Amino acid sequence: MIHKIWKSAVVVVVLLFLYLPILVLSVYSFTDASNIGTFREFSIENYVTLFTTPELVRMILGTIALALSAAALATILGTLGAIGAFYSKKGMASAITTLNQVPVVNADVVTGFSICILLVVVLGVSKDTFVPLIAGHVTLCAPFVFLSVIPKLKQMDSSIYEAALDLGATPAAALVKVVVPQILPGIVSGFALAVTLSLDDYFVATYTKPATFDTISTYVVNATKGAQTTIKTALWALSTVLFLAVTLFVVVMNVRAEKRNKERNSV
Amino acid sequence: MDKRTNIIELRHITKTYEDGFSAVTDFNLEVKQGEFITFLGPSGCGKTTTLRMIAGFDIPTEGEILLNGKPITSLPPNKRPINTVFQRYALFPHMNIFDNIAFGLKQRKMPKRVIEKKVKKALELVDLEGFENRKTDTLSGGQQQRVAIARAVVNEPQILLLDEPLGALDLKMRKEMQLELKEMHRELGITFIYVTHDQEEALTMSDKIVVMSEGKMQQIGTPEDIYNEPVNAFVADFIGDSNIFNGIMTGKLKARFCGGEFVCVDDIEEGTHITAVVRPEDVILVPTEHGIIRGIVTSVIFKGMHYEITVESGKNEIVAQSVNSAKVGDRVGVMVKPDNIHIMLAEDHTNIFKAEINKNYELEYNGRMLDARLTDLIPGSRLDEDGCVLDVNGLEIDRQKTRVMVSIQPQDIRMTDEIEEGLVQGYISNLIYKGDHYSYVIHTDLEQDFVVDDEYLWNMEDQVGLLMPEEKMTFTVKR
Amino acid sequence: MKKMKFSRKILGIPYAVFLLLFVAAPLFVLLYYAFTNGEGRFTTANLTGFFSDPNTLGTLFYSFGIAVVTTGVCLLLAYPAAYILATSKLKAKSVLMMLFIIPMWINFSLRITALKEILTWMEGNLACHPFLNTVIGMSYDFLPFMILPIYTTISRLDGALLEAARDLGAGEAQAFLKVTLPLSLPGIISGVSMVFLPAMTNYVVLDMLYNSTYIMGSLIGSYFAAYNWHGGSMIALILLAVICLFTLFTSGMEEENTRGGTLL
Repeated sequence: MIHKIWKSAVVVVVLLFLYLPILVLSVYSFTDASNIGTFREFSIENYVTLFTTPELVRMILGTIALALSAAALATILGTLGAIGAFYSKKGMASAITTLNQVPVVNADVVTGFSICILLVVVLGVSKDTFVPLIAGHVTLCAPFVFLSVIPKLKQMDSSIYEAALDLGATPAAALVKVVVPQILPGIVSGFALAVTLSLDDYFVATYTKPATFDTISTYVVNATKGAQTTIKTALWALSTVLFLAVTLFVVVMNVRAEKRNKERNSV
Repeated sequence: MDKRTNIIELRHITKTYEDGFSAVTDFNLEVKQGEFITFLGPSGCGKTTTLRMIAGFDIPTEGEILLNGKPITSLPPNKRPINTVFQRYALFPHMNIFDNIAFGLKQRKMPKRVIEKKVKKALELVDLEGFENRKTDTLSGGQQQRVAIARAVVNEPQILLLDEPLGALDLKMRKEMQLELKEMHRELGITFIYVTHDQEEALTMSDKIVVMSEGKMQQIGTPEDIYNEPVNAFVADFIGDSNIFNGIMTGKLKARFCGGEFVCVDDIEEGTHITAVVRPEDVILVPTEHGIIRGIVTSVIFKGMHYEITVESGKNEIVAQSVNSAKVGDRVGVMVKPDNIHIMLAEDHTNIFKAEINKNYELEYNGRMLDARLTDLIPGSRLDEDGCVLDVNGLEIDRQKTRVMVSIQPQDIRMTDEIEEGLVQGYISNLIYKGDHYSYVIHTDLEQDFVVDDEYLWNMEDQVGLLMPEEKMTFTVKR
Repeated sequence: MKKMKFSRKILGIPYAVFLLLFVAAPLFVLLYYAFTNGEGRFTTANLTGFFSDPNTLGTLFYSFGIAVVTTGVCLLLAYPAAYILATSKLKAKSVLMMLFIIPMWINFSLRITALKEILTWMEGNLACHPFLNTVIGMSYDFLPFMILPIYTTISRLDGALLEAARDLGAGEAQAFLKVTLPLSLPGIISGVSMVFLPAMTNYVVLDMLYNSTYIMGSLIGSYFAAYNWHGGSMIALILLAVICLFTLFTSGMEEENTRGGTLL
């Protein structure tokens, strides 16, 4: 019995460490307080500010647009790369896999800085074109798409591609109709991973973004150092909204997975 | 003479991989319209590679493939009117049964109505009516196999390729499917090319069998031909149970093998090295005085329809099938009717003998230990704590039922006067000059004949020891 | 007539080109810049400069110290939690596990903002305990990355192994030390590598908490701000070397461990 209490205590403590700051902040986001501890009255002012300040709205939408487009590009490139590498000769495949591993293990600071040096300093591409930023984020994300697609290719029965050819499909049709559906779960989770990586990134963005553009991360980092209270507390609201959105997303995904499992078991 | 046209021809096909390994060498084959032809051979013999080249998945490095007289050697698989039933079915897991079977028809842009009708008919053919909406993973192995067949034949291919299609099924299911496939072949009237390593399957189903080994065709013929008239020791050994002996012609229609002189029907010049094949059902056990050779019964196994009786004569082992039982330890005579002895020219004079497995699971011959280890010869086997050899499934290997055959080339054996140095001793019973060397037959004290090449002249009846370096020996294990 | 054959291999070409352009090329540029000066002449001044400046050297050791302590704290918190969760028979344990993962999905800068507010409320001026607060901030940021791999490895352990150990007379503690712990090593290694490297380079955490940038990654930032590409490249290169060493070390350990695993 004591054993059990101990065990629960450990889990609860770790969970508290992870959640207390977010939860407290969420509570305070519904008040007019500008600092924690100075409890005042209920207010949704922060949320109004969040959704009506053009600067904030632009920053949020920009971050989402960047994440979606970078993730889409990364998914296309990474998936094609995985298929290509999987069917290539050993030397080529291991060359791609090795290069692919570099951004994965590399520190984001180094990735961001090196791309900035190449594109901006050496090649003279202007940051205002968004090319360095998109390139940076695709470099950050594509390797993870590659890594989530490769295992699916390995699990796939290699003869089904040949079966499709045998039944008269052209190689392109066999790829689209047979191989892609088989690796789709890998592509989807690769895309999801790419979106989160892009949303969470700070380092690549700081070195490659146009001066007038901000992602949530770069904006928040600057805002915490500034003294503008209304913006600071509006960010509390943003963190609450994000927290709820992520939780909702995870719950929905889990319920759906559970349902699918049950269906499969009943068959 | 068969007047039907050749549907497919393989001319001098060779497939060499980048690492230099040749899977198939100079392979020639003509297949007639409507035939059921089987590629038979052990794994790695090149039969699947040949099939893949016909399907278009692999392109031969040399040679030509003709379909109805037109070259298709490098035509991609989707352009060939040939369909394949894959070893592990290769059903598309994300599609239901209907979509799997309709896949080929949809590629050809057939109208929906036609597709539905054809799929229905194909499902009827394989006895799976009403399975259209099932998912592939809800089917049993046998049912998946049927879907794979339906998916291929629905396209009305000119040739159906089947790559060990029954390999994953249990024995009972396999027997059933064999009959059904045969029936389907008759009904559809198209050419079947079938790949298997199961000789019984090949014999039951095929019009024609191609026996392959190490990338080369060994023999092609009807099942009866292959069974009754194997062209070499490999085919004889691979098809059915056989007693195979090395021997030599000792006179007109006389052959010496297995320690005795037998009358045969093949007229081959005296002194020629031969391989003699005798099927177990043709071995007649008689009282000792009537036998050509004599021996002791070492094992009797009841096989339902008959007894399988093993007789040891000297170091030779003869397996006989008989409706009458015998007792272990009985002394018996062995006789074979002349027309039941199949004599082949020994295209090589490889000496083959059996090594004993002693109680410590070591190999020995003539009372001497060999260095080869059983665990190296049987893939996946290992030694347990008690010193027993376990196979890949962890089962103890039966020393009685496991046979280790050793083969060694005549040029790799040396004769010595220090007869005790030899692995085995004997006297020279025959010698022929072959231009640049002599070919000797040594009749050993164990009643076996060894063929030895030597550039020096020895005398007839000389007592010699045979030195056989172990690194030149090839071991094969039969279980 | 030989037609151009479609091959699946060519699908890899765009990605291969992309990798060459945005992964390989930047590294070469980095190398070039690190060993040249403003006039484009070869120099080792950037390298010797780094190792002779007590300030930069101090930063290297300080970052290393922070990374070690952060990794240790994460491991101490994560292992028990992951172990308890993975071995519990609770039906809701997958839900509980999701709770540990959700923070990974929330933007880290917002989470650090939340932490900063709490810490400020508790301590006042955060700059008074820079080391402590850095470790707290980083542990808070990276903890989920340590829990997840450890949880996955432990929950994949064959329960029969533990039962076998108990059957052979091992006590609960011994079974844990002799079976569970060694077998969960791959999870620990991958968790450590996911925490250690970011902890050495993620200077934003400090920056946000108390406006300090006394850590390896931030040196790049300061050179960047000063448009000193050459010095920045050298720092990046040195970081890269550290990362390579660390990766080699962990993958070597992992290999040894899987080899040990097959022996079991």
